[in-house]
Amino acid sequence: MSGEPRDEIVQHLPAMRAFALSLTRNSALADDMVQDSLVKAWTKIHTFEPGTNMRAWLFTILRNTYYSNRRKAGREVSDADGLMTEGLSEKPAHDGRLQLADFRRAFAQLNDEQREALVLVGASGFSYEEAAGMCGVAVGTIKSRTNRARARLAALMQMTEDEALEMTDSATMAVVSGNRSTAAR
Amino acid sequence: MADSRNNTKQAQVIDENLKRVYQDMLNEDVPDRFLDLLSQLKAQDSDEGDEGETAGAVRRGEGA
Repeated sequence: MSGEPRDEIVQHLPAMRAFALSLTRNSALADDMVQDSLVKAWTKIHTFEPGTNMRAWLFTILRNTYYSNRRKAGREVSDADGLMTEGLSEKPAHDGRLQLADFRRAFAQLNDEQREALVLVGASGFSYEEAAGMCGVAVGTIKSRTNRARARLAALMQMTEDEALEMTDSATMAVVSGNRSTAAR
Repeated sequence: MADSRNNTKQAQVIDENLKRVYQDMLNEDVPDRFLDLLSQLKAQDSDEGDEGETAGAVRRGEGA
């Protein structure tokens, strides 16, 4: 281990990209964001307190870059390359378990703040307190964002599951009643 | 009863999917441009004659 914090940045590159991708849902934008953030992190390394969580520090730079770009653009960035929603044509799983594609589609429908909170707490393993510090909001705000994100995902996924069941039911009915034209549609 | 069982199962499905999606992103190869950028930034600092940085680079060079 080197005593130079800058040498540690490289270890966090995969996580930085994953976080940027989950915010932008667009690989080109995500990479530009990581690039900008790396330069900022390098030049502002003196603001990093050795011994504290470097990933949290880097993620804070990333999210600040993202929200400042979003403010400039005046809108949320769209899912331009379909990164989060790829594979939508997959058929629903027979056992009722939702396919990853359904999850990706639901996940992409969350607003930025909800998606961010969920990724920080649910996927990256940060505590509510750490996430609150990174986002500059109260712990309660992070908790309510993750709760709302989960509820929204559950509702969106439940809808998909119901649709899948309906499809299965009508196909079954069609077969039972021998109505081949309905079964084909 | 059935509802709470479904909700628990659904929460598990959400968490599993969330971790899978994130893990997929983590597993992607890091583009060379970022490693190149970090090397460039490091080289720049050495050129500017930042003493601590240069000394560090030399030490690492010898160790390699």
